[in-house]
Amino acid sequence: MKNRQGPGRFLFGLAATLFIALAGCSDNRSSFLDPAGPIAAAQKAHLLEVIGWTMIAIVPVFVLVPLMLWRYRYRNAKARYAPDWAFSGLLDTVMWGVPFLIVAVLATLLWYSTHALDPYKPIASDEPPLEVRVVGLDWKWLFIYPDLGIATVNELAIPENTSVALDLTSDTVMQSFLIPALAGQIYTMPGMRTRLHLLADEPGRFEGMNAQFTGTGFTKQKFATLAMSRGDFDAWVARVRAEGTPLDAATYARLAAASTGAEAKAALKAGAGPQDVIYFSSVTPDLFAEIMHRYMQGTPVPPKLQPGAVGYESDAEETR
Amino acid sequence: MNTDQPLHWLLGRLDISALPILPAIRNPTPSEFVAAGAALAVIVGAFAALAFLTWFRLWTPLWRDWLTSTDHKRIGIMYVVLAIVMMARGVIEAGVMRTQQAFGLGGGFLTPEHFSELFTTHGTIMIFFVAMPLIAGIVNYIMPLQIGARDMSFPVMNQISLGLTATGAALVMISLVLAQFSNGTWAAYPPYTGLDFNPGTGPDYWIWTIVFSGIGSTLSGINFAVTIYKERAPGMTLFRMPVFCWTVLCTAIIMIFALPPLTVAALMLGADRYLDFHFFTNDLGGNMMNFVNLFWLFGHPEVYLLVIPAYGVLSETVATFSGKRIYGYTSMVYATMAIAVLSFCVWLHHFFTMGQSANVNIVFGVASMMIAVPTGVKVYNWMATMFRGRIRMTVPMIYAIGFFYLFVIGGLTGVILANPTITYQVHNTLFLVAHFHNVIIPGVVFGLLSGYHYWFPKAFGFRLHEGWGRLIALCWIFGFSLAFLPLYALGFMGMPRRTANFTDPAYLPLLYVALFGAAILLVAVVSILIQLWVSVRRREELAVPLGDPWNGRTLEWATPSPPPPYNFAILPQVRCIDDFADAKATGRAYAEPGADAYEDIEMPDNTPIGVFLCIGTTVLGLALVFYIWWLAIASFVAMTLVFIVRSFRVSSSHVIPAAEIAAAHRHWLDQVRAAAPVTRLEETHSANRGLAVLERPEMTGAAQ
Amino acid sequence: MKHPILHPGLNLGPHHGQTHASAEKAVFGFWVFLMSDLIIFGLMFATYATMSNPVGLAGGPGPKEAFDLTSVFIQTMILLVSSLTFGFASLALRHEAGRGRIALWLVVTLLLGLAFLGFELRDFAHMVEIGAVPSRSGYLSAFWGLVPLHGAHVAAGCVWILVMLAQMATLGLVSVVKTRLLRLGLFWHFLDLVWIGIFTIVYLSGLAS
Repeated sequence: MKNRQGPGRFLFGLAATLFIALAGCSDNRSSFLDPAGPIAAAQKAHLLEVIGWTMIAIVPVFVLVPLMLWRYRYRNAKARYAPDWAFSGLLDTVMWGVPFLIVAVLATLLWYSTHALDPYKPIASDEPPLEVRVVGLDWKWLFIYPDLGIATVNELAIPENTSVALDLTSDTVMQSFLIPALAGQIYTMPGMRTRLHLLADEPGRFEGMNAQFTGTGFTKQKFATLAMSRGDFDAWVARVRAEGTPLDAATYARLAAASTGAEAKAALKAGAGPQDVIYFSSVTPDLFAEIMHRYMQGTPVPPKLQPGAVGYESDAEETR
Repeated sequence: MNTDQPLHWLLGRLDISALPILPAIRNPTPSEFVAAGAALAVIVGAFAALAFLTWFRLWTPLWRDWLTSTDHKRIGIMYVVLAIVMMARGVIEAGVMRTQQAFGLGGGFLTPEHFSELFTTHGTIMIFFVAMPLIAGIVNYIMPLQIGARDMSFPVMNQISLGLTATGAALVMISLVLAQFSNGTWAAYPPYTGLDFNPGTGPDYWIWTIVFSGIGSTLSGINFAVTIYKERAPGMTLFRMPVFCWTVLCTAIIMIFALPPLTVAALMLGADRYLDFHFFTNDLGGNMMNFVNLFWLFGHPEVYLLVIPAYGVLSETVATFSGKRIYGYTSMVYATMAIAVLSFCVWLHHFFTMGQSANVNIVFGVASMMIAVPTGVKVYNWMATMFRGRIRMTVPMIYAIGFFYLFVIGGLTGVILANPTITYQVHNTLFLVAHFHNVIIPGVVFGLLSGYHYWFPKAFGFRLHEGWGRLIALCWIFGFSLAFLPLYALGFMGMPRRTANFTDPAYLPLLYVALFGAAILLVAVVSILIQLWVSVRRREELAVPLGDPWNGRTLEWATPSPPPPYNFAILPQVRCIDDFADAKATGRAYAEPGADAYEDIEMPDNTPIGVFLCIGTTVLGLALVFYIWWLAIASFVAMTLVFIVRSFRVSSSHVIPAAEIAAAHRHWLDQVRAAAPVTRLEETHSANRGLAVLERPEMTGAAQ
Repeated sequence: MKHPILHPGLNLGPHHGQTHASAEKAVFGFWVFLMSDLIIFGLMFATYATMSNPVGLAGGPGPKEAFDLTSVFIQTMILLVSSLTFGFASLALRHEAGRGRIALWLVVTLLLGLAFLGFELRDFAHMVEIGAVPSRSGYLSAFWGLVPLHGAHVAAGCVWILVMLAQMATLGLVSVVKTRLLRLGLFWHFLDLVWIGIFTIVYLSGLAS
């Protein structure tokens, strides 16, 4: 992780600390300025670098405007008045040149960081990566662990210091998946798969969310990312297996209906876990692929089969 | 809203349930009361306006002097009035949303559904019916005067543009009373706004609002561009035009090329919703990413369309109130053009997070950053304009100072957002909301309000009250800072935009600050109306009939205030940049022309076509929203027929005789000769009648 | 009075006096409008291009099932000839060959335009018959968004020709009528150009792949 010094860095750090102190009242970390993984940490470092470099162009404005206003105020008869002076080659060169050089530096940083932090790029870690499939539903997230054969709603448990590879899609409108403390956001879209890689280098509870407005339950579409030790993770998996119920096609159809996590939990009469979290002890192996591909088969998906649509019927699939 | 109702063939899906008063009676919650109150306000406001017009017998003057006028000056004023009316609604909505968020911990008083309608209409109104008409209004009024033209190239089309813009505004206002406007955000991303997910009237209202006002703006752009190319006074070469006119040209070009993508996107969404097309649906090969691309292919040039004229206004006011030529005129022109061109190359930065490859993001990220270069040059140019000037801290200058400080912060956050890696974090958060308000309020709004204050005396013959003006400007600057700078921090804290309610109490302190800032902004907007009232009451002491209250530099100050319908008795002969300043310095100004210098002037007649098209397209829009097919067809056919029939009328202009022009012009010149010119110390005093003392270094002794 | 430098295209020539100069503003404005319209077509072409793939086709009828190259070739020829005949009308206007000559060429152009629309509608009817309707796939939506948009422009052009014929009869060859004829000419040739794009991108490359 690179951490260059920039002139505005200190001031910004001070301000950021203040904000995080405000945010610190919650045990649910939700800012990339308080990062818990290499991606978010690098994004924070990049932010500070950009601010630092940009200050070169901005500070002169802040300093010179009041000086100019005072010096050249109308009543100051001592200041020189040159109403026809309107050009200086040297000044123009500086005016165009300095911003251009700053942008050149920033563009280089941009090129480097965009490649380094590409969400599609796997993160190197000692442990083999954990694969998770994410389905965005109205207004909750479904996490499928294909290798473990379990699934959850609104709770993403991951072992610390392990690279996590997320495959994401949506079974409703476009959504945007974001865990600020770990990694930036990526859209999820029906019939399409996007990817995101992240890694938590410390245990903790990090808030995740859908950041793209999707209707009345949008603000409730939050989930907890729980980073834990390998042992705790195994215990968590065992608990999901023991306390959860199977996720079959009929259950999925009811889960997919527009509802918040808590409403879905009540509708499915699921008992285990926090109030908006649902555990599934087993899951249809190809569920993610089925969700994604059914939009691509050239057959219409009428409203009654379209989760999230007005007129969706969760039992339509069975009666058809 | 079902097809079984008895009058379905007649009323489509319009029925009694479309009235928002009913839900408020059935389900008396604060949210429903707010909705019903808004509907009542529209109805009461409309009736009050009708009663006012009838009581004071203003129908005839309204029709004869305004609605049917083809005079670019009157059309410009009507645009500004429309913008101010719509701004009242947009600001009230903003206040309601700020209040909701401040009380949004775990709920608040508005339903999420209502909140989503508020941010959708707020965004749509502020962009399309406040910022755009304000720009169109000021450009309409000022640009022909600055280039020494008698009118726009196409005066009737100008009126039609206004009519179509008014159609869009009317549809948004009617949606308060009949059914609902969209809740799908101002960007209206499908599939959320598609028929499956959103079968109500909302997205349809959005589509027709956007389509009609978008066509109007495209026509405005054509009109502005052709006027600048074809109507300039003799000697007014392109590189002698005021910088404002250059910015208008850039904006016109953006209007011509950037509004079609919006029209296309909206009509494709309409095809999906009305005709079962599959442009953006989830199934059968639709692709929502196309909409996102099309929308921002419009959306990004749009923000430059808004801000570039504001740059132009600042270029005029900073030069005038520094008593100096603009620094680096050519540099300024190239910077503006560079921004206009680059604005078409950066749209993808609105969705770095859609999953495309890193290389694509890099190209658009670097292009976005490049815009910072010409923008920075402009800010430095304005500073160099103040250098060795004699600066008066009048209201437009206060706005300019607010601009320098706050807009630069907006520029900084813009550079931050140009980095895909950082955008991954702050996209869709309040950081983004803070950023675009930070460029639109200190950039566009400050620029246009300073233009309003600067050019108001030109349009009405009296200045706006200076004290109220300072209060308004300071309210805008501090209100903005309190209302929006905290949102940057909230964005960093991970608070998503468009959040009606939340569970994290850490957001509250900053939301309270933002609410306080919003209250100050509300004071600013109310004060604009008070200032207008006070200024009208004191118009005698504020009068500047001689036309040059600010020791202006450009041609619009070389004619009386308000200008005659034909603008200039004799078209000016332009010799250099800032021709009027040069004319005053060399004694060319206010010269008495020879008797044969006056000519008859042919001016376009009034026409009701704009009003007719406004009503016709409003009816068409409502018919389409409510599926009243017979009415849609009837209004379309009626408009087409009227258009064709009208084209058979050949003569549509009248002649103002030379004698009449000569008399008016000589009367003004006599007044100028009789009047006492004022120094800039008395600029804001009642002694200022619009004639300036020449203040040159060799005369004032200010030179060292 | 010196004659301003005029924009390329169909100028009237100095012997038309004041109309020649005043046409400049109207014709230039119309050029700008056409550029804006061209953006609309360009975006429809772009949408069509993004939809021309298996996902966009969604298993529905593709170019090979839906298009009849012979008919499209005939349409192309008709439209190209109509541009030529409009050119004759413009020359007749410029050289003041009289209302009758202009009207004759306009009527020929109108008939060709209607013939084009007739062939096009026949093709559309065939597509509807085989189920190649916009509700079938994104690809067909893009097709039905692009090609009929051009057809609607041609239909509007035909109405415009009718209106101009009526105006020539009632008003005579006054200044506004002349400048309107110039703009109509630009419009008609513009539609020809767009059709060349459609013929190449939609039909030829659609059938070639």
